[in-house]
Amino acid sequence: MSVNIEIAFKLNGIDMRAKVSPGMSTLEMLRDELHLTGSKYGCGEGECGACTINVDGLSINSCLMFAADCDGREIVTIEGLASDPRTEALKKSFVAYGAVQCGFCTPGIIMQARNLLEKTAHPTPEQIRRGIEGNLCRCTGYKKIIEAIIEASAASP
Amino acid sequence: MGTMEKTAAGSSLIGKRIPKMDAPEKAGGKTRYIHDIDLPGQLHAKILRSSEVHAKILSIDTSAARALPGVHAVITAADVPWQRPIGVAKDHLPLKADRVRSPRDEIAAVAAESEEIASAALKLIKVAYEPLPVVVTAEESLKPGATLVHGEDLIVPGPNGEPHVVHKASRDNVAMTFNYDQGDIAEGEAASDVVVEDVFWLHYVTHCCMGVSGVIAEFDASENLLLYSNTQVPFLHKREFAELLGMDPGRIRIIQPPIGGGFGSKLDIYPFEPIAIYLAKITRRPIKLIFTREEEFIASPTRQPVLLKMRSGCSKDGKLTFRDVETVHDNGAYTSWGATTPFVMMQTISSLYRVPNCNYRTRAIYTNNPYAGSFRGYGNLQATFAVEAHMDKLAEAIGMDPLEFRLLNAQAPGEVTPQGMHFKSCGFRDCLRIAASRSDYQAKFRAARAKWEDGNPIKRGVGMASMLHVGGGAKIYPSDGCGTIIKIDDFAHVTLITGSSEIGQGSETVLAQLACEELALPMSAVSVVNSDTDIKPWDVGVHASRTTFIAGNSVVGAARKAKAKILGAAAAKFDRPAETLDLRESCVVDKASGKKLIEIDKLIRSLHFSDKADLVMTTFYYEPPSEKQDKEFRGDVSAAYAWATQVVEVEVDTETGIVKLLNITGAHDVGRVINRLGIEGQIEGGVVMGQGYALTENLIVENGVIRNPNFRDYKLVTAPEIPDMDVSFIETMDGEGPQGAKGVGEAPAICIAAAVANAIYNGTGVRITALPFTPENVYRALHSNSQPPTWIASA
Repeated sequence: MSVNIEIAFKLNGIDMRAKVSPGMSTLEMLRDELHLTGSKYGCGEGECGACTINVDGLSINSCLMFAADCDGREIVTIEGLASDPRTEALKKSFVAYGAVQCGFCTPGIIMQARNLLEKTAHPTPEQIRRGIEGNLCRCTGYKKIIEAIIEASAASP
Repeated sequence: MGTMEKTAAGSSLIGKRIPKMDAPEKAGGKTRYIHDIDLPGQLHAKILRSSEVHAKILSIDTSAARALPGVHAVITAADVPWQRPIGVAKDHLPLKADRVRSPRDEIAAVAAESEEIASAALKLIKVAYEPLPVVVTAEESLKPGATLVHGEDLIVPGPNGEPHVVHKASRDNVAMTFNYDQGDIAEGEAASDVVVEDVFWLHYVTHCCMGVSGVIAEFDASENLLLYSNTQVPFLHKREFAELLGMDPGRIRIIQPPIGGGFGSKLDIYPFEPIAIYLAKITRRPIKLIFTREEEFIASPTRQPVLLKMRSGCSKDGKLTFRDVETVHDNGAYTSWGATTPFVMMQTISSLYRVPNCNYRTRAIYTNNPYAGSFRGYGNLQATFAVEAHMDKLAEAIGMDPLEFRLLNAQAPGEVTPQGMHFKSCGFRDCLRIAASRSDYQAKFRAARAKWEDGNPIKRGVGMASMLHVGGGAKIYPSDGCGTIIKIDDFAHVTLITGSSEIGQGSETVLAQLACEELALPMSAVSVVNSDTDIKPWDVGVHASRTTFIAGNSVVGAARKAKAKILGAAAAKFDRPAETLDLRESCVVDKASGKKLIEIDKLIRSLHFSDKADLVMTTFYYEPPSEKQDKEFRGDVSAAYAWATQVVEVEVDTETGIVKLLNITGAHDVGRVINRLGIEGQIEGGVVMGQGYALTENLIVENGVIRNPNFRDYKLVTAPEIPDMDVSFIETMDGEGPQGAKGVGEAPAICIAAAVANAIYNGTGVRITALPFTPENVYRALHSNSQPPTWIASA
């Protein structure tokens, strides 16, 4: 249909090459082409945060970023953090504090919380609330998510 | 959670904070939701919806779409003349043949190699319409001579091709009516010292499950249908799909992948599901159909919008005398479960408080608006909003403290209400007292009233509301039961196969806890199977806050049978009476001394591998001791009833209309806490959902069209806005509940809007009777710049 664009990028520590169509979002590339389904489609408009990934150290709604723009960048998804200590601490505290119900928003919130803790190791509860305000959750009422992030931050150096 | 398990195995699991069994997978992004499942050979489907609100379809030209490379099938109603209507009233054909009645209406569908191609094909379909007059309020719909939304019989070909009327024409746009009476309103009014009357408007909101809707359908070579579905009621839908498709239900298998939120939205079959099945039948390929978020807003059900007129009275000594209620429900263009919410509304109206004389008349009216489905609370948010406003107004009118007034009229254990509900366990008065004392309600209430005229534009107010909801299932079908199969292998690993479904609420963890409690095994010894109709035994489904109670009792029954079998085997082995044995910490023990006799796994191995080989496999079907209501809506419909009181404190900025929910103090009669972590999560999530209903969420429907089908303009509550929450659990130890527990899933969402309305009044002296309390609506109400809702003239 349209000419594909060749890109080279680093995905979860691995060098990748891909051909992507100009209209494809990073989320579509991750989910449909690379079968990394931990990043979720919740709205496609950058409003819910379920597709949050990390691009060159920044938290990004992958639904709003063209796949072509991954060229030359370093992309990290929830799948790439299976042995990251900070992410492991977050996952553990999310489980122990009951911060997961249907779980659909959870990977995105953990990605966002990790980014928050990378920048501010010991955020205040207010900083945590503000830090995840771009992530929607319909099940938990956020309280246990905030508690879990506090717990994970307390455990981090 | 290693440490927790050690403790659990050594003592009771009940009331502990047990992490959800599925949480580690979900936190790691490994859980495969329906969106994440791809079948080899699958095609992607998309649906063309109406561009008109109400119109005749003159022609549909699909030739260009069919010619697009990569398109496998384009279907319209003409391609599936055998389609059957869906929904509660069977007034809704999945693909519309000659008329569209709302902009969500499905006209055609495409199956293609990719979503992109399917979307491109939709744009090539040409539809010619002849617009019809539109009715978008119940008032217009009820006027004589109004356009009829279903003015003609819905006729489909019968078994032998003969015309068969499946839905009779509605000549007055009335889709459904419910009338309930108890006592004598005139008598109640005569005994009243004060009477209050208001009209309330309860607005449109929608579920906003974070995972959008979707389905995967596939036929195998023998014409068996496999559906991957997010349904909350797989067995009911298996039967319904069979009827729709003219199939043997035995040939339908439903698999429920983990679901990205339910909240009642998956109780009905929606057109996209049969449409995906038609495409699978026609293309002989697996069909995957996933909504976009915009589509999710447009083509999902709403909470039932209600216009409600209520008159209530009491004597000057504070006894309720009567309640007279009339409601008009905007049904939308088709009838789904929303039309039946009066079942629940009338329970609150007749029986939350003791009211001797009660009259409730309600009609669901067809319009060209989005149609309403079931949504957590099922009408109870709407009814409670009105009832609790009047509790405050009546108390004020007779000069009584609002808490005292409620306590005087509150139900108590043992009560059988005129509607036939028997409150065997009832912690309502404790809920009232504890929520009031922990929030310092009475002192705050008086303090806020004293500041109405103090000139400060920032006002604080405190508001109280309570709720009654079914907590032991709801017998709306001939059975309200659930089956369980327990299989214990020779390593003492338990496979718990339950008919019930996990929709994120944590039921599988609670059920595993109940099994472990009976069998004295740790949580790590259990796997739960709950997602495949070919494997699991029958269950009604996830609705009516029933799973912990009904499926829980079923699990306890099956586990007790397994325990009896294990103890029987041990009795034979050690040649002593089974009554002297018990299970503790994964072992058979001497009941009196606790002395260990043998590990359960070792005993089961010896049973399994003996010359009289046997397995420990048990089944149990639990049917609650409740009744179907009669035609007058009387009957003890639930085996237990749940109660709660919530007190909220708000800050109202009278210069901007912004209402902040500062804190909520809840007291919930839950029977007994099974999983403290899980139940807190249910309450907190429900509270914030109630907060959204009260303050931020508003599905704007103008002339039948949804104007804000996205999260930018439809405001869900976000993390910085949540209130402080203080929740107490009142453990009334229900005699029928599993370990004494009652259902609680819907309860926490029910009171918030009612309590916020009372708090706004307490802070400002202005009673607002229309939701939502968005800044604009509140500002207008505070500055007398808006009209309260009025009752419809044509009624």
